[in-house]
Formats: sequence, structure tokens, C-alpha cells
Amino acid sequence: MSAILSYEFMQNAILVGIMASIVCGVIGPFIVTRRMVFISGGLSHTAFGGLGIAYWLGIRPLFGAMAFVLTAAVLIGRQEEKRLSQNDLFIGILWAVGVAIGILFIHMTPGYAPDLMSFLFGNILTVPRADVLITLLLTLIVTGAVTIYYNGFVAIALDEEYARARRLPVAALKMGLMILTALSIVTLIQVVGILLVIALLTIPVAIASEFARNFRRIMLLSILCGILICLSGLMASYFIEFPSGASIILIGGALLGVVKGVKRVTNRRKTALP
Amino acid sequence: MENLIEIEHLTYGYQERAVLEDISLAIAPRDFTLLIGPNGGGKTTLLKLILGILTPWSGTIRFQGETGGRLGYVPQSARFNRTFPISVFDMVLTGCIRGDNYLSRHTREEEEKSGAILEKLALYGKRKDNITDLSGGQLQRVLIARALVSEPVSLFLDEPTTAMDITSQTDLLDLLAELQERMSIMVVTHDPTPYAQSYRHIACLNRRLYFHGRGELDSATLEKVYGCPVEILGHGIPHTLLAAHEEGKRP
Repeated sequence: MSAILSYEFMQNAILVGIMASIVCGVIGPFIVTRRMVFISGGLSHTAFGGLGIAYWLGIRPLFGAMAFVLTAAVLIGRQEEKRLSQNDLFIGILWAVGVAIGILFIHMTPGYAPDLMSFLFGNILTVPRADVLITLLLTLIVTGAVTIYYNGFVAIALDEEYARARRLPVAALKMGLMILTALSIVTLIQVVGILLVIALLTIPVAIASEFARNFRRIMLLSILCGILICLSGLMASYFIEFPSGASIILIGGALLGVVKGVKRVTNRRKTALP
Repeated sequence: MENLIEIEHLTYGYQERAVLEDISLAIAPRDFTLLIGPNGGGKTTLLKLILGILTPWSGTIRFQGETGGRLGYVPQSARFNRTFPISVFDMVLTGCIRGDNYLSRHTREEEEKSGAILEKLALYGKRKDNITDLSGGQLQRVLIARALVSEPVSLFLDEPTTAMDITSQTDLLDLLAELQERMSIMVVTHDPTPYAQSYRHIACLNRRLYFHGRGELDSATLEKVYGCPVEILGHGIPHTLLAAHEEGKRP
């Protein structure tokens, strides 16, 4: 085990996995309770547009992804605030246009884009040290902001109208949560890739919700679940050479299935008692 | 300013369509106003405008002193996220959150106040329960507790008796009678019957407002007022019926 840990790529992978789990646990419960899962899917896919342009320009792909996801988050946030049109329609369009831009720019870039697959499906084993530092920064921003604005975010997730009646800056809080979601997605793309981000935002929360019914505890349990899932997936990837992103998600999905199944059986036994 | 809240020539709508037109209404301290009218008549919308959830197209809402920051709101329970994982106690505690204090932690005083209000509303035993596990009537009381913990000077309740059985209704009316000693109360309802003994003002709303002032609650007026919502709901021809008891006020 200590031999594995001596590899720098393994250290990076473990660090990024833990930080991604923290981000998931902190922001995931808000995404689930505010029903922003579809928005998250849209945001992560628009990242592909940014990646394509970054390849074409020859700059760091993570920056391209971040620029696109943040822009999309602000656009969706403004659209929601103005209630100009049906929001899911708008998200669907951003989703597809983002991917199309990515495909086009990658097509125009000469040569083979080797990291492309790892951005679509994630590869926690190839995260460079510089990206670990960026991930650390993003994790600090997300957890710091949620800690400071916790009461406000809970207020808008619980009862937005009441928050407005209490003169909370609801529009700013909603936009803030949208931007934090965007930053979290950028963090997670490195671990599980664009296509699988939604799973990491939802599965740990779904497992945690089976055990805890208090928002803070759901957050904490989601973080622990995320770490368990990410590190198991990482090991599976290292030892049996499975794709890391898919391993992480499938272990998470299986764990959720087991938890649900066990709960069902125990509940049935409880109700069967006289 | 003698009144707590004065609304003048308020107009509001969704998209292009006006839902409320030229509404003028005053709420005095310790008033009990019943806001009745048909579904879609704009009752909840008017409430949201007063509470600052919506911004009017035109017209003004003025508050006496710091009243504007001390409004209590009891929404219909269907209007918020009922699946949110939160205990009864924490839910009531969120009532203390304001625009100017939401960045700080809840104080000991706020926690004590929340406990006291839960005790008063016979919910203390349920304080650790999740809001998802409550019955309709219990949840309604939690929402009332959340509104009361901020010590409002004016309390607004949107269809509070909808999910309640007769016993809970009686309890609610007793509570409202007691609260009226300290605050003005406005209840939005499509069925005024339970409040027959409680209210001092009644306002019929169907896009426009038909308001009865004080001292008009003789039996003849009461009869007319009672006729109003029933007829509105029954036949959907409010204007002819309401015109009969408009008493010289602007239609």
C-alpha cells in the first residue's frame, strides 16, 4: 500500500478524490433539494465547448471548461430570475450548443487530442499537480462560501418565497449557489468526466439521505460516502485497470442499491412483527 | 401614519394580464381582516405584494415605522419544499432569519423563543420530528410558529384552515383571537365561515377590491357578505352581487 502512495500520480488522485467528495457533499444536498440536477447536467456538458476552444487555442483545458461553465451558470441564473422562458428548454439548448462547440473546435484542432477521453469520462489517475492546486482552491471557495452563507442557502432551498418575505437577498443567493455549482462541476469533471458529473452530485446524497434526515448530517455523510466511493473506484482502477470514472460511479450505484435493498428487507421485517 | 399598512392604487399582473387592479386598502393595528374571493381572484397575489415577495406594477404600499420588516407570513403548506430534510425545531428557527442577520448563527435567545412558541402551540413534543412526518394540521401550526418567532406586528395567513379538522380549526381561532391583542391579522380564505366570530373587516377580492369598513357588521351586512363568496363560487358572477353591498365605495 505504501508503495502505491509513493507514486505522485496516486497522491494526486487520492487528494483530488477527497476534495471532490467534499465538494459533492457540500453542494450536492442543495442541488438535490433545489431540484437543480438537470441544471447541473447542462452545466457540465457546456464545459465541453470550453475544452474544445482551449485545445484549439493551446491553453490549459481546465480554464476553458471553467470559463464556459461559469458563463452558462450566470446565463441560466439570469434566465431563472427573469422567468423569461421555460428554464428547462433553455438549459437543454445550452447543453447541446456547448457540446457542439466542443466538437467543432476539436475537429479544427490539428492532430490527436489525447486528453479528450479523460475529460469526457474522467481519469483521476492522470490529474497533474497543478490541477490539484486549482482543485484545492475551488474546494476552499465552495466550502468557505457554503459555510458563510449556510443559513441563506438553506432558506432558499426550503422556502424561497418566505426568504423573500424576510428580505433576504434571494436573487443574489440563487446566483451564488448557481456559481458554486459551476465551480463544483469543474472540480468533479477531472474525477469522473463531463458525462458522469451528475452521478457524483446525486449518488452520495441519495445514500446519505437513507441514513440521515437532517441537512447538516446529510452533508457530512455525503462527504464520507463520496470518499468511500472515490477511493474504492480509484483502487479498482489501479489494480484491475478499470476506467476510474466509470468504476467510481458503478461502485456508488451498487452501494446505493445495497443500502436501499437492506433497508427494504429490515423495514419489512419490522412491519411483520406483531 | 395611524394605520400599520396603507396600500394605494396597487396594480399587478402576470405577463400582460392584470390580476389586481387599483387596490386600495388599509390595515390598522389589531385589525382582523378577512380577505375573501373566488379562486384566481388575486388573494394570494395581494398577500405576496404586501409581503414584498412580488413588486407591484404601480401603486404604493406604505408601512408605519418598522412594520415593513416585521411581517409574519403563514403560506399555504403546498407552497414550500415539504421534502426538505429539517426538524420542526430548526424549521421554526428559520423564522428568525432576516436580511440583516442571515450571515450570523442563531442566538441562544432565538432558540429559547422557538422552544417557547413550540410549547405554546403544543408542538414541543414534536420538535425533533422531521417536517415530512407531520399531518397537515401539525404542519400548519409549525408554519404559524415560524411566523410568530419573529414577533411580527402584522400576521398574514393564506388559507390556514384548509388542511384542518374542526378541533384544529377551533384551536387556531382561539390562538388568532389571542394574537389579535398584539398584532393585526389578515386571513386569506375562500371559505369565511369559520371566522364568523373573529373578523372585524372583510374584503372581497376579484381583480378589484370590495371593502367593508368598520361598524358595518350588522346582521344585514353580514348576510350580504356571506352571500358574496358563496355566490361568487357558485355562479361566477361576482360583480352584480358585489355591487349590491358596495355602499358608495369605488367598485
